[in-house]
Amino acid sequence: MNNIELPASGETIARLRVGDLVSINGVMVTARDAAHKYLVDNFIDRDPPPQEKRYAEKLVPLLNGGVIYHCGPVVEKEKSGRWRFVAAGPTTSIREEPYQGPIIGRFGVRGVIGKGGMGEKTLEACKRHKAVYLHAVGGAASILAASVVEVLDVMKIEEFGLPEAFWVIRVQDFPAVVTMDSHGGSLHKDVQARSTATFQDLVKDIREGK
Amino acid sequence: MEEYPKFKDWIVELLRRTSTDLPADVIAALKRARDSESAGTPAWSVFESILQNVDVAREKSTPLCQDTGTNVFLVHHPRGVSTRAMARDIVAATAVAVEKCYLRPNSVDPISGKNSGNNVGPGHPYLHFEEWDRNDIQVRVMLKGGGCENVGAQYSLPFAPLGAGRDLKGVETVILDAINNAQGKGCGPGAIGACIGGDRASSYMTAKEQHFRALDDSNPDPVLRALEERLFDKANRLGIGPMGFGGQSTVLGVKVGKLNRLPASFFVSVSYMCWECRRRDMWIRNGEMQIE
Repeated sequence: MNNIELPASGETIARLRVGDLVSINGVMVTARDAAHKYLVDNFIDRDPPPQEKRYAEKLVPLLNGGVIYHCGPVVEKEKSGRWRFVAAGPTTSIREEPYQGPIIGRFGVRGVIGKGGMGEKTLEACKRHKAVYLHAVGGAASILAASVVEVLDVMKIEEFGLPEAFWVIRVQDFPAVVTMDSHGGSLHKDVQARSTATFQDLVKDIREGK
Repeated sequence: MEEYPKFKDWIVELLRRTSTDLPADVIAALKRARDSESAGTPAWSVFESILQNVDVAREKSTPLCQDTGTNVFLVHHPRGVSTRAMARDIVAATAVAVEKCYLRPNSVDPISGKNSGNNVGPGHPYLHFEEWDRNDIQVRVMLKGGGCENVGAQYSLPFAPLGAGRDLKGVETVILDAINNAQGKGCGPGAIGACIGGDRASSYMTAKEQHFRALDDSNPDPVLRALEERLFDKANRLGIGPMGFGGQSTVLGVKVGKLNRLPASFFVSVSYMCWECRRRDMWIRNGEMQIE
């Protein structure tokens, strides 16, 4: 088990290889479809417009050396007014493929947690900027929520809706597996290549009535 | 509704159970899948997390998955029961279940992007009513998450890229193709529902309704049963494994239904259900409610 403290350095990330189990500690931020589009529209190749400056002041330091979690949680507002994560597993990451590489580069993100893996552009960005893709167990939302020990902030909840907002959370022993590393390794690419070769053999079997 | 003043509360409880507690046949299938993997591999550790999550969600009464999906209701009722009254209560119960954190607000306007906040909106929840000869009411519900819904597929045979013709071999080929294309993106090992025939809409719906079948049931149609068995065996040889990590268990089950088609059409629809096959049946018999 590799313990990752956030914010993480490029050296720490470069030590990780596909198949490594990691345990993450520190502050990270959730972001999914609306949040990724927002980051690209407002921060890539331009300065954020004045009305977004207050978000920029919070997001830029959080993402530098930080981790983005592809997650749209179930959240409860306690009587005290504090938020609590009730269910918080990963969502499918591939939808963020057009956005992820530029975001990793622009903000110095060191890790992306999600499920299902990502494509070539993200793999290339991981290599160039020393970042990793971390796979959490899809559907394991109750146990993953238990590793969220504190909700520190939420941004854009009115505009994006509860699942799509930026949730700033402190995690303790958040479990994940490295499935894309900063050396060009991708478990997803390997599994797909092998299963597709097997599929082609099985189609031959079907034709022969096996 | 008038006949059953507690109907709304019962639906809230049905949604709580469905969102937090997996059926026994699904847990048994997950344990069989875990035992097919070598201890200590990433695939095996996925199942350890899955089974731990199943226990924690049940004990704490928290959603198994944060994506509580499209809520698909299939209601069977005797003659004379108002379907409009049942629909009103189901809609009201859905909003209560969101307040209680059994469901996530999951309903988004496709033009404005605005979340309705209570999981209710055009198409949400999905409701289907059917009258039957019995005196009982049966409310079946399934929570179908977005990740697995996105990897569903529909083929029109003949499907030239795979050389799949208008016969059972063609059907078997395209269903296997859909499973391979899904990789781990639908939160495998998945439960596969398929339909041969129908039109585009009825074919998809019948494929999805297969998820109501118990994973260990046996198709009464011998041809479909044999097809299901062949596909189960072949899919688990693909090596995709849980979450696409590689492994022995790629699907938990394959269930195939059929509908008549037009001479001109030959659709095969595939609905992928994540490992978390969330479904429950509520029965009202002699005024008593029971969830199975």
